Amino acid sequence: MTAHDAIVVGGGLVGAAIAHGLRGQGLDTVLLDEGDIAHRASRGNFGLVWVQSKGLGAPWYQRWTRGSAGEWPGLAADLATRTGIDTALHQPGGVHLCLGEAEFDDRAARMARMQAEAGNHGYDYRMIRAPELRDMLPGLGPSVVGASWTPYDGHASPLALLQALHRAFTEAGGAYIPNAKVAAATAAPNDFRVETAAGTFAAPRIVLAAGLGNADLAPLFGLNTPVRPQRGQILVTERAQSILPMPTTTIRQTGEGTIMLGDSMEEVGFDTRQSPPVMAQIAQRAALCFPWVAALNIIRAWSALRVMAPDGLPIYDQSERFPGAFTANCHSGVTLAGAHARLLAPMIAAGALDPVLAPFSARRFDVPRAA
Amino acid sequence: MFRARPDARPATVEVLVEGVPVMVPQGASAAAAVLLAGLPAIRETPVTGSPRLPLCMMGVCFDCLAEIDGVPNRQACMVPVAPGMRIARQHGARVARP
Repeated sequence: MTAHDAIVVGGGLVGAAIAHGLRGQGLDTVLLDEGDIAHRASRGNFGLVWVQSKGLGAPWYQRWTRGSAGEWPGLAADLATRTGIDTALHQPGGVHLCLGEAEFDDRAARMARMQAEAGNHGYDYRMIRAPELRDMLPGLGPSVVGASWTPYDGHASPLALLQALHRAFTEAGGAYIPNAKVAAATAAPNDFRVETAAGTFAAPRIVLAAGLGNADLAPLFGLNTPVRPQRGQILVTERAQSILPMPTTTIRQTGEGTIMLGDSMEEVGFDTRQSPPVMAQIAQRAALCFPWVAALNIIRAWSALRVMAPDGLPIYDQSERFPGAFTANCHSGVTLAGAHARLLAPMIAAGALDPVLAPFSARRFDVPRAA
Repeated sequence: MFRARPDARPATVEVLVEGVPVMVPQGASAAAAVLLAGLPAIRETPVTGSPRLPLCMMGVCFDCLAEIDGVPNRQACMVPVAPGMRIARQHGARVARP
């Protein structure tokens, strides 16, 4: 058995960002990863660092997301300095394209509500009509009537981010243990022990960041994380010379030149197959937005499973029964990486979640149903 | 699974490799035409600009990408030649044209 200051369960973007942050706080941290059978939402991620669609009706989520986008440049610079890996972060602002007046009106109403809910924290956005939009983006299709725009949005490479977080963590002395799925655990306040095929680990703090695996792990630590899988599919084109100056909600050009098209939201359980009708819808919508995309070859496509709470918001908790046990769950491992590494990890190191995270507790699901 | 290699065939089909006429046998691939033409590279990679020639000749490695009859990024080893076919080098990433 090895003893550490902190155990992080889950080596994806959420766990790796937190582990990197905990190491930065000086904690002797061990990062337990499952293996290649894991669902690995991190490797299917679309790669947006996205603010404008997050937190309608939940302004605490809007602020957390925006805070994370604000932390991202520091995170990217830190990772580049430590590892030499460029996470391809670009935050030029982003647009949500609207096909038809109904979509435009609906979007305008949502954005107005988001701004009202933001209060004096501020929420800059514009609803931009097609004539002006055509000067911002090349070759928009005739059915694009406009877009919402905010200055906060951007994108990055999820794979480069994951690699950089792992490398920064291990080069700073963190212990990364693969093929270490938690087989059994014992919990007492600030005293945790987990058994894995790769050994037994003990620490006064444990962070559950195992994605969909958290649903089963959490009860062992007096926590509740009712997350479910939600499938998303992505298509990727051949590389093209840089043409898109900013990402949209569902179309972005990577630093290497490929254009990624997504995303779907499918309630199909743990089914990770791809579905041609959904792929066709994704391609069709992309071609309506940018007709020239249709001339590009699709070279890759995949599906992945989001980690989704019942209300779609992240879950952050510390166990009341076993203080020192934390859980972190979200479907935005890229967007929230800045917050996880630089805001959440220090809270966990200090032993208490900041009150700004109180609304993210899973206790929100405990409200008794009306009789 | 395997077939006997056909006898050497005469070069009867004229294609243009980088604008230069090259005679190749019927049924040969555009990648074969590029090799016969003796080009030093058929493409440069999009990210680092590294020069490449056809390698696997069976549709797997994508090192033979070329612009064929105006269509960029085609796997030249998978395209049979046709009279007058225009085969040009693929220089880095293709252009997406709005």
